[in-house]
Amino acid sequence: MTDVAADEGEASPSRMERLTAVRPRLVSFARLHLRDSAQAEDAVQEALMAAIEKDASFAGRSGYETWVFGILKYKILDTLRTQKRQGKWQPLEEDGDDEVVDRLFQHNGRWHQHARPASWGEPDTVFENERFWQVFDACMIALPDNVARVFSMRELMGLSTAEICQEIGIKENNCWVILHRARLRLRSCLESGWLKEESP
Amino acid sequence: MMMCKGATRLMSLKQDRSLSLQERMSLTFHLMMCDPCRQCDRQFTLLHEVGKRLEADITSRQHDD
Ligand SMILES: [Zn+2]
Repeated sequence: MTDVAADEGEASPSRMERLTAVRPRLVSFARLHLRDSAQAEDAVQEALMAAIEKDASFAGRSGYETWVFGILKYKILDTLRTQKRQGKWQPLEEDGDDEVVDRLFQHNGRWHQHARPASWGEPDTVFENERFWQVFDACMIALPDNVARVFSMRELMGLSTAEICQEIGIKENNCWVILHRARLRLRSCLESGWLKEESP
Repeated sequence: MMMCKGATRLMSLKQDRSLSLQERMSLTFHLMMCDPCRQCDRQFTLLHEVGKRLEADITSRQHDD
């Protein structure tokens, strides 16, 4: 900490290039969380500025991009907290049924014929498919804000449900209910948007 | 007996916390008999991997040295 001033310097040209190279992917990541292009751009801008200013404190224990990504995750959480403080979050509807989810199952709890999950093939092949990621983005946007927020904190940011409860101020039980809905909605959206168009 | 809807609840839950022995047994039993739920289980696991994929994509250097 005390040496920072002494070591302070600009990021080297090669690091600036690396920041430029990684920037678009950081913006896409931030957009999944913040659901707002301008705020995503701002969060990335702040993260990149912080990376440049604190260049000397990059210890090199992890990769440079990993370090920058860590800064961005912190900025995203910061922005989310600000959104919450400013009352920009809809109240979470933890109770009641989710009609989208209800449409997937019959009264006896079995899948409806039309909603039955089909095979997606090998995960590696799925992840290498450009189209999968496009549909994933679209399906994330189609989720209700609250549901998407909990899902992205859990599955994209890697927070535990206990940590998410603290951030959002809900009970862990509600968190699990919301994640269940998010996963059912997402898998259903992904399958109809992506798989069915691949094999008509 | 647990039906598909209940089974998906446990499939989701197991991505977030460890299941009790009872929960694990009823899920395993359901999955043995139900192909759509086996697919769903794989897909929830795949969704759980998405974050790691994105992170790997961001943190791996893409340009050549
Ligand atoms: Zn089933």
